[in-house]
Amino acid sequence: MTGLPLLSLAIWVPVFGGLAVLATGSDRNASLARGLALIAAIAGFLVTIPLYTAFDVKSAAMQFTETLPWIPGFNIKYQLGVDGISVLFILLNSFITVLVVLAGWRVIEEKVAQYMAAFLIMSGLMNGIFCALDAVLFYVFFEASLIPMYIIIGVWGGPNRVYAAFKFFLYTLLGSLLMLVALIYLFFESGLSFSILEWHQVKLPMKAQILIFLAFLLAFAVKVPMWPVHTWLPDAHVEAPTGGSVVLAAIMLKLGAYGFLRFSLPIAPDASRELAWLMIALSLIAVVYIGFVALVQADMKKLIAYSSISHMGFVTLGFFIFNQLGVEGALVQMISHGFVSGALFLCVGVLYDRMHSRQIADYGGVVNTMPKFAALFMLFAMANSGLPATSGFVGEFMVALGAIKYNFWVGFAAATTLILGAAYTLWMYKRVVFGAVANHHVAELKDIDGREFLVLGLLAACVLAMGIYPFPFVEVMHASVDNLLKHVALSKVL
Amino acid sequence: MTEMQKLYLLVPLAPLAGAIIAGLFGKAIGRAGAHWVTILGVAVSFVASIFVYQDVAAGNVFNGTVYTWATSGDLKFEVGFLIDSLTTTMMLVVTFVSLMVHIYTIGYMHDDPGYQRFFSYISLFTFSMLMLVMSNNFLQLFFGWEAVGLVSYLLIGFWYTRPSAIFANLKAFLVNRVGDFGFLLGIGLIAAYTGSLNYADVFAQGQKLASTHVELFQGEPWTLVTVICICLFIGAMGKSAQVPLHVWLPDSMEGPTPISALIHAATMVTAGIFMVSRMSPLFELSDVALSFVMVIGAITALFMGFLGIIQNDIKRVVAYSTLSQLGYMTVALGASAYSVAIFHLMTHAFFKALLFLAAGSVIIGMHHDQDIRNMGGLRKYMPITWITSLVGSLALIGTPFLSGFYSKDSIIEAVALSHLPGAGFAHFAVLAGVFVTAFYSFRMYFLVFHGKERFHVHAGHGHDAHGHGQHGTPHESPRVVTVPLILLAIPSVVIGYLTVQPMLFGDFFEGAIVVSEQHPVMAELAHHFKGALAMGLHAFVTAPFWLALAGVALAWFFYLKRPELPQAIRAKFGLVYEILENKYYFDRINEVVFAGGARLVGRGLWKGGDQGLIDGIVVNGSAKVVYWVAQITRLFQSGYIYQYAFSMIIGVFVLLTFWFNRG
Repeated sequence: MTGLPLLSLAIWVPVFGGLAVLATGSDRNASLARGLALIAAIAGFLVTIPLYTAFDVKSAAMQFTETLPWIPGFNIKYQLGVDGISVLFILLNSFITVLVVLAGWRVIEEKVAQYMAAFLIMSGLMNGIFCALDAVLFYVFFEASLIPMYIIIGVWGGPNRVYAAFKFFLYTLLGSLLMLVALIYLFFESGLSFSILEWHQVKLPMKAQILIFLAFLLAFAVKVPMWPVHTWLPDAHVEAPTGGSVVLAAIMLKLGAYGFLRFSLPIAPDASRELAWLMIALSLIAVVYIGFVALVQADMKKLIAYSSISHMGFVTLGFFIFNQLGVEGALVQMISHGFVSGALFLCVGVLYDRMHSRQIADYGGVVNTMPKFAALFMLFAMANSGLPATSGFVGEFMVALGAIKYNFWVGFAAATTLILGAAYTLWMYKRVVFGAVANHHVAELKDIDGREFLVLGLLAACVLAMGIYPFPFVEVMHASVDNLLKHVALSKVL
Repeated sequence: MTEMQKLYLLVPLAPLAGAIIAGLFGKAIGRAGAHWVTILGVAVSFVASIFVYQDVAAGNVFNGTVYTWATSGDLKFEVGFLIDSLTTTMMLVVTFVSLMVHIYTIGYMHDDPGYQRFFSYISLFTFSMLMLVMSNNFLQLFFGWEAVGLVSYLLIGFWYTRPSAIFANLKAFLVNRVGDFGFLLGIGLIAAYTGSLNYADVFAQGQKLASTHVELFQGEPWTLVTVICICLFIGAMGKSAQVPLHVWLPDSMEGPTPISALIHAATMVTAGIFMVSRMSPLFELSDVALSFVMVIGAITALFMGFLGIIQNDIKRVVAYSTLSQLGYMTVALGASAYSVAIFHLMTHAFFKALLFLAAGSVIIGMHHDQDIRNMGGLRKYMPITWITSLVGSLALIGTPFLSGFYSKDSIIEAVALSHLPGAGFAHFAVLAGVFVTAFYSFRMYFLVFHGKERFHVHAGHGHDAHGHGQHGTPHESPRVVTVPLILLAIPSVVIGYLTVQPMLFGDFFEGAIVVSEQHPVMAELAHHFKGALAMGLHAFVTAPFWLALAGVALAWFFYLKRPELPQAIRAKFGLVYEILENKYYFDRINEVVFAGGARLVGRGLWKGGDQGLIDGIVVNGSAKVVYWVAQITRLFQSGYIYQYAFSMIIGVFVLLTFWFNRG
């Protein structure tokens, strides 16, 4: 193992890279800003690779840990570490950042430096969320990451961006207020500690656990988002620029789900078991209800946004059926969804850049003018429908099997996604891509260029690799998930 | 890895390599390059399959893992092969028909701009189908299952600018997904209760599944194995187009004809039949499931046959015939005559692929007109197509000594011996089906190849494909088209005679197919069997032969002797005709109830739930409450000193009042 503080690098390389990009100033230096941003993003990704290669898959403990005192008066530490649950998200996040920088390369022409900087800084902050082991540190990263996204939507967004940005910000901020209360409560209960790992061991009465669980639930459910606190997401996606949508779908939604595993389940295991029915019900509503809603969307981005909510329903379902298939399937689904939803938003972005419309009705017959794009888009659409040999299948299959194991009817409801997911995705694909050339705008479309091909091609490779050989992804999780489930099975009630 | 194992890998990977090369580098290697590389891949696969077959025939069965796909807890997900007689039969059928279709495609798709893409797809299909049949576990089975569905989707929509084609492919995918939904539930139950996805492990625990009861509905305990088998069979109903999930198959004829032959007649649609046979150790444990299978099959066999009678599109006639024949196979499954089902699957693959490819040849000859009312007398112009079609039709209707006879007659006999509930109805259905099959087959045959030449009047407007050549008299197709026809005609004639003894009554499927002693249909059948020759001779004194003859005779009378009669009959039985014309209203119901209903529900939840309740009342509502509160409190922040002073005075009075009254 290297002696380098890899996790700190994963956080601060993009953040300082972002600040450096910001320093290039106005759009006169746009090309410098782009180049610098790409270098920073690639450097940020490279430093995370050893996290995977040097990761000990046998161990359930935190690895690559770093501890420094931060605010000694309150026993707050700068404490970092990753386990099998979190490590892949850091890689995913850093990887997606590279793609986002590339995707915005030519599309963003105004305030280039600020745009790139926002993404880089956000990337670093989100890495912080995934590896913070101190609750205050976590909270700071958790809240701070909202700001760049708020700016990204508010500045580079669509016509209704202010409404969407506010809705996004207020929704998520309000959600996390009660979490802060819970954090402070736990600080006192644990004998003045903010260490998340120590909190995992704190014994709590049932009533307290329920309250803590609900406080966390609000914060995380908004982020995931779970039904019924999901309505900010379609608006945010529609108004966000392509890069914003990609990060939002690929990484930001995962923060809430991650929170369940890091906080809710281990800190309040009895309450988790007690309220599992509620979580399963909400998850199934997300899968089925949102599946139907996605079917009737006329706006491509909205459709994919709803599809995201539905897919995240599978994730939360997997967590709360408390078996290894479910939890690991859910984690795989999170990674896969990062690739697939990111790719789908990029595909919509490719079309939007050319036609300046996201309305399905404005398209038709795109395959005639953009065959390469159509082929890649097909792959991602199929992955979104959960076709085997794509990453989308792996998690869905595992969670579905886990759900059937838990209860036949729960599995039954979850498996409807097989039909609904295919219906909304492929129906959209049919209307946009297939058919005769619908109008002269479509007739004038140019197929994707080398840069776009690179971005989508990289994601396609990931989608296929994970679908054909998911073993390396799943292997990382075993020890930590196993440990977590054993922990959850034990009662913490005094 | 042994030499044999390398060979196993070669079988699916050779077509995959061809597909990848033709798909990604189609432009670079050109049209000829694309067809050579894919044909080579499939040919290699076919030859390798022959070697594998010989090895298995010598008694070597293989069951092993290629690689571990993933693990979770105690559950292992693996990719692996089970190579036994059932597998090799399927491998030979798939690779042989695929090879024929590849060659045929050179002629059929000659002018199509998507030439390379087409070859890539059909090779990819071959790979997927081989993965499906060679699997030794449910994960890979499901992979192959979905992958063939994907390629079918891509190929039905091959001519993607046609609205009917892209409607049909979406429909096919979604209807299949309904089946897959059941299939997944079945697999999930297996994983949950046996802790394994490997066939051998699961079958070993069959008794446990049979003695476990689950109560899915309050107070209705079912054996677990019944639930599992019915779930799995729902998957088969989608893929093998059984009523009511059959609706996609006729529409799939929108795809180019070669794939109708390969995918929608010979191979993919038989995946369900194969799967149930593979699962025979489970199905044998549940009489309920077997009865269900038999009744569904019987309904499909008879009622889809009726629809074949009124079709005028040459491909649709063959499509409905396929549906009906799939019903026959399913009936055989339900009667525990799995080997007969596989036998019919094989003979059907040859003669139905032949009939489809011959239909394609007719379509080429007719300059892409598919309406049989515009044909007639083609035997003069297309002699090879004519003779091979006749051979195919005779095989299909069960003419003694031809391949279809042995398989179909065995099905009818097997059903007659079954004692499960529904067997009586199934027996009636398959017997009546013989007449219907003969009638619609020869209706088409006579209308196309005999009688008056009607094309001079109508020839011209095509339904199929690409640009139209010069119009004029029909012509025989090029050799790349006719050679596959001849090569398929040979097994259509002889394969039944040659293989009926070993496949049905020998020990060929020993170990691969399990039949319990409670269902001794095959054993009883074996009692009556006195060899292939005797079976053929005996046919002349049995009902099916005379029913088939009656069907042919009636077709001859109606369509050659008195061609004005069908019109008169149609006018007389308007209601029946109406029902048949609307295909029993399945499509209408699906479109209105399911597709329309789903959109309605979606719109209701979106407008009512998301926008109305959550956003409208809760989210924006709370924002409004904040706004109102702010509006009211704003009144007190007017900035006028006298107002502040006034409210202070009031406040002081209130406080003083409290102060004095505190006691």
